[in-house]
Amino acid sequence: MRFAISPSALDRAAVVASVASDAAGAIVTFEGTVRRQSRGREVVRLEYEAYAPMALAVFASIAADAQSRWPQVSLAIHHRVGVCGIGEASIIIVAVSPHRAEAFDACRLAIERLKTDAPIWKREIYTDGAEWIGQGS
Amino acid sequence: MRVRVLLFAALREKAGREFEDLELGSGSTLGDAVGLLQARHPSLGSLGSSVRLARNLEMVDVTTLLSDGDEVALIPPVSGG
Repeated sequence: MRFAISPSALDRAAVVASVASDAAGAIVTFEGTVRRQSRGREVVRLEYEAYAPMALAVFASIAADAQSRWPQVSLAIHHRVGVCGIGEASIIIVAVSPHRAEAFDACRLAIERLKTDAPIWKREIYTDGAEWIGQGS
Repeated sequence: MRVRVLLFAALREKAGREFEDLELGSGSTLGDAVGLLQARHPSLGSLGSSVRLARNLEMVDVTTLLSDGDEVALIPPVSGG
């Protein structure tokens, strides 16, 4: 499955496998991971919530946009929902292409567009409180 | 007509609900649905321009007309990725 919203730990190999092809000369992977410090506070965990049907539609739309710019690129996007611990991946994006330039460009486009367009929300849980995070964080 | 309005994240917490079903007259818009929702849930407060609106999985504006059975969502500022 190229596009997925998953309540359990993301599987890098599965995301790659969803777009792997013998036409690929380049596989570019982006992983967003949970870091310990945010906004000067210590993070205990993140919690993600998604409007799943629309998020999946946005993932497909991002991939279609990338394909219109770079016809030989295939994109996969998997996003976690629920609790995400320090060091765990909240998102994995894989771009495959015969050549590396388009794969890097498409992978970059995908994460930047997802951050503004996908109906997905992150709540940061700190040692001393919690906060829903707004756009583009 | 009947529409379902979905709430997420901070808005879901403020309203204490994941969704609200609304009965609206024909010719109603997204704006009408939001107004009725706010009347029912004053805890939502004024939403401001940063809350976007979706109808049947697509972003729309407040003037968009609704149809019976539509699924509307209030999209507060997003933070995926």
